[in-house]
Amino acid sequence: MSPLILRTATRVLMPLMVLFALFMLVRGHNDPGGGFVGGLVVSAAYALLAFTSGVAEARRALIVDPERLLGVGLLVALFTGLSSALAGEPFLTALWWGGLGSPLFFDIGVFLVVIGVVLTMTFTLAED
Amino acid sequence: MTLVLPIVIPLLAAALLLVVPARAVLQRSVALTASAGQLIAGLALFRQVQVDGYLVLQVSDWAAPFGITLVADVLSSILVVAVGIVGVAVGASSFAGVDPRREAYGYHPLIQVLLMGVAGAFLTGDLFNLYVWFEVMLMASFVLMALHRTSEQIAAAFKYVTINLLASAVFLTGLGLLYGSAGTLNMADLAAIWPARNEPVLDLVLATLFLTAFGIKAGLFPLFFWLPASYPTPPAPIGALFAGLLTKVGVYALIRVFSLLFRGGPPLPLQLLLWLSVATMIVGLVGALAQRDFRRVLAFNLVGHIGFTTIGLPLGTTAALAGSLLYIVHHILVITCLFFVAGVLLQLRRTTDLGRLGSLYRDHPGTAVLAMIPLFSLAGVPPLSGFVGKLAVVQGTFGAGAYGPGAAVLVVSLLTIVSMARLWDEAFWKPADAPPVSPRPAPLLLVPVAALGALILGMTVAAGPLFETTTRAAGQLLDPQGYIEAVLQSGLGRGE
Repeated sequence: MSPLILRTATRVLMPLMVLFALFMLVRGHNDPGGGFVGGLVVSAAYALLAFTSGVAEARRALIVDPERLLGVGLLVALFTGLSSALAGEPFLTALWWGGLGSPLFFDIGVFLVVIGVVLTMTFTLAED
Repeated sequence: MTLVLPIVIPLLAAALLLVVPARAVLQRSVALTASAGQLIAGLALFRQVQVDGYLVLQVSDWAAPFGITLVADVLSSILVVAVGIVGVAVGASSFAGVDPRREAYGYHPLIQVLLMGVAGAFLTGDLFNLYVWFEVMLMASFVLMALHRTSEQIAAAFKYVTINLLASAVFLTGLGLLYGSAGTLNMADLAAIWPARNEPVLDLVLATLFLTAFGIKAGLFPLFFWLPASYPTPPAPIGALFAGLLTKVGVYALIRVFSLLFRGGPPLPLQLLLWLSVATMIVGLVGALAQRDFRRVLAFNLVGHIGFTTIGLPLGTTAALAGSLLYIVHHILVITCLFFVAGVLLQLRRTTDLGRLGSLYRDHPGTAVLAMIPLFSLAGVPPLSGFVGKLAVVQGTFGAGAYGPGAAVLVVSLLTIVSMARLWDEAFWKPADAPPVSPRPAPLLLVPVAALGALILGMTVAAGPLFETTTRAAGQLLDPQGYIEAVLQSGLGRGE
């Protein structure tokens, strides 16, 4: 069983980390940050949970299978790239609506892919 | 849009395969549909290139030397069609049954990723991007090879990944040197500025590094030893996929990089490539004659015939290069088909050891006739595609005045006949009292063999137009001015 202090701290840290990751994701639209680093922070949060409460508990908390998350993320990023092709621009060209751009959606895709990849690896390694 | 489809379709399929339920029929259908889509996209690309000569797309709308460019010329489009054909054959073969453990651990998505990597390598116009596609292929193929986790497969995968990582490191070193000196890795941009730079020493170093890196990937002598050690171990469809496509990416990279960068460059590496091609042919076929296992004979034949596909480049004439390009097409179809034949043998007799095979013609005449087409085509029996390909290579070699290598091509063709005749004799003709394990071949396993056999026969019928097409491709490669202009002037062009 993991130490009590770490387990208790995780309960506080996890929501903060996930919130911070979402902040990083949105911030990446105009400033340093983005889906990749945000995804890593979310993965770190779940890895922490897996270390303290076990992989089964972490899988339950994630709700979705990480491999499926990986697929969904790829699809989101891919469709963002394809939407520019539908708009008559070359594949992956950024589209802008006022201040909001399609790179945000691409980044959301990256965010999900990173979570999926890192957690698939972490969970598999921890389960063995 | 046509230009990204051969890359996007397999990626889409790989993502979908991770999301949809893991039911075998569903997974196989998605994979097969995607491969069919990739083939159709490839054919559309081929048709458009026939009209326009070059298709260029600046990804993300970044102008040419700065962003990543996708380019299709005649050679790329032919090879993308070949990727589609092999993909469909592999997709169809999965319906005959895949080891459930493989299927659970990402067999189908990995194949799609591999197909995406190969198509990407054929279509990219940027050297660093080519490196990235190499890595995509390497990762996917490594996992596919090691998925079953028998000690034999792990050992094979270990050899495979070690030598290929070495090749990647050599390639990357070359890229670093080139970028440090030229300041660009866009192939068209490099082709425009590099040959005029006149840096003989750096040229020699770079040409040698690229020759080593791509030579390993292609399986050229003396760096081919990893190939017969690893290709015969995975199941037949994976073996077919690797044998058909992966080495050709190395050959393609050699042709592309040398024709763009080292046109008037140092004669030494090109001279070396000529004799390496000859050595590859001879060593591969002599090795094949020494083997006693159907799949290992095929792997050595694969190596040997890589020499046919690289010999046209150093000779530098349109006819010789066109002959080699035609041989690439033939080789992809035939070697893929033969690895599927090996799969049928495994299903019928549980072994590919020639000593324990035999009587297949007596027991399964239909299967034997289907297997005869690729076997005799690789041997170069007229009028099959091997004869057409070998004739084109021989004519090109002698036409370029290279009588020594030309003679080697003829001798090696003879050795191929011996090697294939031995396979036929040992596996199909020789009487054997071994009781057949399975009474009938699974019809679904025969589908890819029959379909590829039909294409091999079709290649004979269409030999004329096909040779004209590869002649056009060779003409484009030997005069890269069109390539350079097409890429650099589409800088601000929208779409294609």
